[in-house]
Amino acid sequence: MIPLDHVIGLSALLFTIGVLGVVTRRNLIVILMSIELMLNAVNLAFVGFNRMWPADAASTTGSAYDGQIFVLMVITVAAAEVAVGLAIVISMFRNRDSVDIEEVSLLRW
Amino acid sequence: MTAPLVLFYLFALLAAGSAVAMVASVRNTVASAMWLVVTMVSLAVIYVLLGAYLVAAIQIMVYGGAIVVLFLFVVMLLNLRSDDFGPGRQRMLKLAAALLGLFALVQLLRGGGGLPPMPVAPEGYGGYAELGIALYTDYVLLVEMASLLLTAAIVGALILAKREVN
Amino acid sequence: MLTVVLIKSVFILAVIIGAIAPVITWVERKQSAVMQDRIGANRADIGGLTVIGLLHPLADVFKLLSKEDVVPEGANRVMHLIAPLIAAAPAIVAFAVIPYGGVYQFGDFELSLVAANPDWGLLYIFCIGSLATYGVVMAGWASNNNWSLLGGLRASAQMISYEVTLGLSVVGIFMCFQTLQLQDMAIAQDQTFRLLGFTDVLFGFSIPYSDWIRLPAWGVFFQPLGFLFFLTCIMAENKRPPFDMPEGESELIAGYFLEYSGMRFGLFFMAEFIEVVVIAGLMTTIFLGGWAVPWASTESIIWFFGTKVGLGVGFATGLCVLIHFATFMAKVVVMIWVQMLMRWTLPRFRYDQMMDLCWKIILPLSIANIFVTGFVILLVNGASS
Repeated sequence: MIPLDHVIGLSALLFTIGVLGVVTRRNLIVILMSIELMLNAVNLAFVGFNRMWPADAASTTGSAYDGQIFVLMVITVAAAEVAVGLAIVISMFRNRDSVDIEEVSLLRW
Repeated sequence: MTAPLVLFYLFALLAAGSAVAMVASVRNTVASAMWLVVTMVSLAVIYVLLGAYLVAAIQIMVYGGAIVVLFLFVVMLLNLRSDDFGPGRQRMLKLAAALLGLFALVQLLRGGGGLPPMPVAPEGYGGYAELGIALYTDYVLLVEMASLLLTAAIVGALILAKREVN
Repeated sequence: MLTVVLIKSVFILAVIIGAIAPVITWVERKQSAVMQDRIGANRADIGGLTVIGLLHPLADVFKLLSKEDVVPEGANRVMHLIAPLIAAAPAIVAFAVIPYGGVYQFGDFELSLVAANPDWGLLYIFCIGSLATYGVVMAGWASNNNWSLLGGLRASAQMISYEVTLGLSVVGIFMCFQTLQLQDMAIAQDQTFRLLGFTDVLFGFSIPYSDWIRLPAWGVFFQPLGFLFFLTCIMAENKRPPFDMPEGESELIAGYFLEYSGMRFGLFFMAEFIEVVVIAGLMTTIFLGGWAVPWASTESIIWFFGTKVGLGVGFATGLCVLIHFATFMAKVVVMIWVQMLMRWTLPRFRYDQMMDLCWKIILPLSIANIFVTGFVILLVNGASS
């Protein structure tokens, strides 16, 4: 009853908002949060497609919940990435005393 | 206009709105994190509406309960206060917001797009028992790799954030 | 359908939150007084009648309502306002899945005394517990105060650490009862099992008269380690003493609710005591047999009152509802007493001791518990098939 293209439209909308957050904001923590938003948008697309076309339970190439299992893996990867990313933020703060990305743009032309 | 459809639109609006609020709340980093939590929870509600109950529970527990708390932890540890947009970025943001709003409106008014309507869920869809069995029989390699990845992340984060011992 | 859920929700809110939670403030004062060999609070009276101090919760409410809501200067007013709400809401909402009675048939009307019984019942409790962290974090941040910030930091680290071990300590119970639904767990504990039955499957002979030694099939007999770990972890998750370092009364003045006064503090206060009831309710349902009367299953009670005493099946079922509800409340009262006992006996944990307990002691032991449980289940099922 929920049309699939509205689900995918919402996913695309959230992804774009995430990209805008990464491109616009200067605070590194908010950039990391926008990356999480992008990963969430992808998860929504997976869940929507899995609801629409669950694989046949008798198929031998996997289960009917392939999309949801992929979502679990994406959540795992996101958690690992956040942990390492925040550790980088902390060490950056220790070196530069700021989390502003404009302050660490030494290699920019 | 059935109840799940109305709820879906409501929570889709909430998710998109709080995502925009997260990107746009410049003065206060903690407010950004709070808006991210609202987005996560409304996405979890949408997952429940789509029948993926276990994924919704894991979304709230892992994303909403641990990852964003970690963000808040770092913000409070570093005692960050306010922030600002980069030079020239605010104009780009307003243009992009206008284009996005237009896209959302077109998407909503277009209605169905040639895709078949959502089928009735197969018997027992969203049951966590089948998902668990699939995870530990067909996809056990994925689970093992995920655990290796998380171990690597723990060790990496510990080493990166460790204070130098002189 | 919706009206039934509404009636159950109103019942839960009125009885368990409206009546039990204020009584717990009295229990805390009186039990601590009895344990410390003093009289306790007994001055609040109405017209000269002090009902052994039972009017003190009412006096608390009036006092907190009449105090001024102070918001510190430089604090974020919105966050300062909604932090107590976010701290109190999970405590109240967690009652939706706790069953206070079984499933009864009244003709063709099936009454299930639980407000909601989703497939993933216990996961709901974990989700709610995860979201409860934000109230504390926001309270610590929004007060514009270093002590509150420290308290909020410690609280959030403690809560997310103990969430992990909370989940792991009940995995053994999931394996034993094969379900996540709390009502089904309580129904599975409504029977008895032969204590010495393991000799049948392991060695092939049965001890004579072992059929007479039957214990109720409670979770605490199947998973004693799980019971201990779950009790520890859920008390640490809700920052009950002895795990109340974040609100350490002698270290951080009052920790994360330092800058709260009046009814905002009242909300934090009430949330803590409602969480005591949630802890008691959860422990009862998962480990102590829920609403089930030990050694008397639902069918035997209905048969006894319906056929033996001769009251008719409908009346007997209604009586069974009352008996089960009374049993549930009795077990909840016992668990509340146990928590108060632990509060007033043990000194507060130091922060590093608490983290050591979680990560170095409970986590490896609960994983070992999962292994041993799986091994035993494999033995029992493998030998009998």
